[in-house]
Amino acid sequence: MKDRLTRNWIVLAGIWTVLLLAPYWMAPLGGYTALATRVIVLGLAAMSLNFLLGFTGVLSFGHAAWFGLGAYGAGLTLKYLALSTPLAVIAGMLLGGLCGAVLGALLVRRRGVYFAMVTIAFGQVFYYIAFQWSSLTGGDDGLRGFSRQPIDLGLFKLDILSNANSFYYFVLFCFAVVVGAMGFILRSPFGRTMIAIRENERRSRFLGIPVERHIWIAFTLSCFFMASAGALYALVNNFADPRGLHYSQSGDFVMMAVMGGMRSFWGPLLGAAVFVVLQDYLSSITVNWMSFVGLLFVLVVLFFPRGLLGFLQRSKA
Amino acid sequence: MAITRRTLPVNRRALLQSGAAIAALQFSAPFIIKARGETPIRIGMVDPLTGVYAAIAQSEVVGAKYALEEINKKGGILGRPVELLVEDSANDVGTGVQKTRKLIERDQVSFIIGDVNSGIAIAMAQVTSEKKVLHIVSGGHTDPITGSSCSWNVFRVCNSTTMDASAIATTLIEKFGKKWYFLTPDYAYGHSVQAGFEKILKAAGGASAGSLVPLGTPDYSSYLIQAKAYNPQVLINVMGGGDQVASLKQFVQFGMDKQMAVGGALFELESIRSVPDTARIGWWTMEWWWDQPGVPHVAEFNAAMKKITGTAATARNWFGYVSMQTLALVANQEKTLDAPKLAHALSGFKLPPEVALQPGSPSYRTGDHELMSTVFVGEAHPPQGDPDNMFTVKNSVPGEKAAGSVEDTGCKIQWPA
Amino acid sequence: MTLLLLFNITNGLIVGAFYVLMALGLSLILNLSNVINFAHGGFLVIGGYIAYTITPYVGFWGALLLAPPLTAIIGLVVERVLIRPLYGRDPLYSLLLTFGLAFMIEDGTRFIWGPQGKPVTIPPFLSAPLSNELFFVTGYRLFMVAVVIVAVALLFVLLRYTRLGIRIRAGTLDLETVAALGINVQMLRSLNFAVGIFLAGLSGVLAAGQLGLEPTMGTGLLMPSFIAIIVGGIGSLPGTLIGGLLIGVASGITAVFFPAASEAVIYVLMAVILLTRPRGLFGEEGMMS
Repeated sequence: MKDRLTRNWIVLAGIWTVLLLAPYWMAPLGGYTALATRVIVLGLAAMSLNFLLGFTGVLSFGHAAWFGLGAYGAGLTLKYLALSTPLAVIAGMLLGGLCGAVLGALLVRRRGVYFAMVTIAFGQVFYYIAFQWSSLTGGDDGLRGFSRQPIDLGLFKLDILSNANSFYYFVLFCFAVVVGAMGFILRSPFGRTMIAIRENERRSRFLGIPVERHIWIAFTLSCFFMASAGALYALVNNFADPRGLHYSQSGDFVMMAVMGGMRSFWGPLLGAAVFVVLQDYLSSITVNWMSFVGLLFVLVVLFFPRGLLGFLQRSKA
Repeated sequence: MAITRRTLPVNRRALLQSGAAIAALQFSAPFIIKARGETPIRIGMVDPLTGVYAAIAQSEVVGAKYALEEINKKGGILGRPVELLVEDSANDVGTGVQKTRKLIERDQVSFIIGDVNSGIAIAMAQVTSEKKVLHIVSGGHTDPITGSSCSWNVFRVCNSTTMDASAIATTLIEKFGKKWYFLTPDYAYGHSVQAGFEKILKAAGGASAGSLVPLGTPDYSSYLIQAKAYNPQVLINVMGGGDQVASLKQFVQFGMDKQMAVGGALFELESIRSVPDTARIGWWTMEWWWDQPGVPHVAEFNAAMKKITGTAATARNWFGYVSMQTLALVANQEKTLDAPKLAHALSGFKLPPEVALQPGSPSYRTGDHELMSTVFVGEAHPPQGDPDNMFTVKNSVPGEKAAGSVEDTGCKIQWPA
Repeated sequence: MTLLLLFNITNGLIVGAFYVLMALGLSLILNLSNVINFAHGGFLVIGGYIAYTITPYVGFWGALLLAPPLTAIIGLVVERVLIRPLYGRDPLYSLLLTFGLAFMIEDGTRFIWGPQGKPVTIPPFLSAPLSNELFFVTGYRLFMVAVVIVAVALLFVLLRYTRLGIRIRAGTLDLETVAALGINVQMLRSLNFAVGIFLAGLSGVLAAGQLGLEPTMGTGLLMPSFIAIIVGGIGSLPGTLIGGLLIGVASGITAVFFPAASEAVIYVLMAVILLTRPRGLFGEEGMMS
């Protein structure tokens, strides 16, 4: 038991060291800080999805909707309300999370294929709203005209607008907060219940657990986390657009979670790193990168359904 | 339910290893480039090579690559060889912005070209302005690029929507009448074109109605039903790409071409090729046309494009070509790569005939950085003789005339200190 | 105004008929195999391109007859190689796999035939509209409706009266028992998938005459098919039929009053159905929980 605990701490320390030093080891290897920032943000999104998918066993294929809502929330705040980056992140998180809470209540009775299809369709409703309500959202051209504002920390200003490294650390900080919350919840009795529901829903019900309520809470939490990732994404690009709400974006997130390993906490981050880097690299060397990404999806599903981390864990045993 | 387990024919481990190898290559690439002796000058091009604009984006790349060959044959830029790095924006703003950053920060490009999608072009311009990199918008049409969102480092080759609409509006009024119905795609480009048309129509005392059509609509019957009920003299089809193809096909299938004329701003050669003969109709503007008898160098360019693509040169080929040549010419002329100096030199810069490939010498207007190229107004028709001879120029409108004044565009350029 | 409305309702039915064809194929695959086929739009595109390629040799009618079966054969291969390993697993995997497959198909068609759209000519006698008043009822649209009716009728006959059809219907209700009865479930699934893809291919051939034939053609048609299934009720083919027609009509009516929302309205319709009658109009209770 103590061995396992120490091992966990070492792994955690290792992961955070890599993340904290990213701008420094990436450049010599041909990466660039903006790529790392993107990996963190999309990794957070994948982990938020996995909170629901891997730990509760519920497949939502329209989760990008909350991601996109988070992005629009942040953008609209910066554009119309106040020039404050932290407020934008919180606003985005609230917008996505609250919408998710409302819709989640409608969806919790369904499962499996049906649930997946319904989440896809609901995601598309938000896509269309963002598309059509162009006076507010900018329609197909996206929400523009805002940018992340430097943060005044009293003692000094954190210039996250032009300094790529500063922004990376800001994003990493937000990531740490959200991921910390996620980890905390998963370790709590509530988190254990979620896993119980994933393993055997019927038995959980027999034990007297209010399954629907738990699923709804897990769904809502996952939406809040997702929306925070979306808000950060809006800050990365200084715009928000409907494509962030589209089901193909959801598909990408699910892929990251599956590729990294659904059953592990950090798996989706690894999946996001591989996916983002691979896509970035492939699309630069060939115009047929879509075939390769599609092939990757197919191969992962057929041969690595447990993801990279699942594969590594298996080979250790 | 018996499900037999098949043993996997492929070694799982091998797959994983090859995947890791590919990922590792990503990081080793720059090392390979630095090992060479002379550092080349890099130009980055971001265009939607996949997605709905793939055809026209790839045409632009073909033109740019041909220009690259010519530039390097003549000694490159400042005596150094030139490299063209092409990135796919996948018609997604986030990807376009990221690729632009990648090209500037990691690949150290000196110049940026792109995007066909106006929304992406504007987002890219934010990045290039921030990084102070010279940016040529090859094919994005909305007005703000050289209008309200203009910037000292952004120049545009293709026309603004106002230019296209203004060039043909009077012709349509004179030929067919003043009652129009608009079929407009519901995004910035569409609104922009319609506004350009309506301004001139209203000034001439005309009347109009229209439908705002969502992008990607497969069925136009409800809009065409309304159009027919309105009974206009011209249907202005502002749709683009696949939407324009579908709407024109259906327009003709409904027999509406017998009742009213059809026209608009752009009906690009790539799109004309995609419709059947019956739908090759209407009055449109071409931003460049391959068949210009009597104008020097055009036939050579057309022959070169035909050799590469197998078909005649399109305006998009020309956009890519001009973007690259402009950068090479101005850099060699000023003997510097400094962006503000080059931008000043580009203001009012005239294209030489072998690059302009049209009568007159179009230049980048000082006030808004828009290239004042000729707008070719004419009629589409089924092929006559050459299989690509599907458009006949009836009227060439000089760019300055079509563009209106700089004040009207709303552009106020602020130069860096 | 009433005339305009009537026109649009009629037109909506015609458009809906096309959605029905797509949605039925998708529904068949979903019902029996629990597979959400995200690549359905891709098979539509393949059907269209195959038709375009063989038309110079066999003419329009030849292409209409041959392209769907050829597409179905491709579907059979895909099912055997890619989808079969996924039966019995979480539906997530088939979703992801077909999602990736859709990417590959879009890029593959772009690679083989080029990014530029292909001009598709339909026979002249089909091009003309019926009459001046009913100008939107073009010969081609009527022809499409006729083909859809024939296809639906044949599907009905297949499912009702042939052995394969009976087995498919039985399998939809209880696959385990069907297997226990000694029927080759693997082959059943394959053939069912092939029938679904046949319908997708046929949709593609028909669509090519109306839309531009290009690699991205199928993406916009996938979602309405999903909606048709949800509205009609998962697990019910007649439901899918009604669902398809319903969304066609809803879209048509909305285009009169509020054109910008004509696409979005089908999602609103779906949301309404889900709130008031979650199993869909004709779905069975507990079908998909």
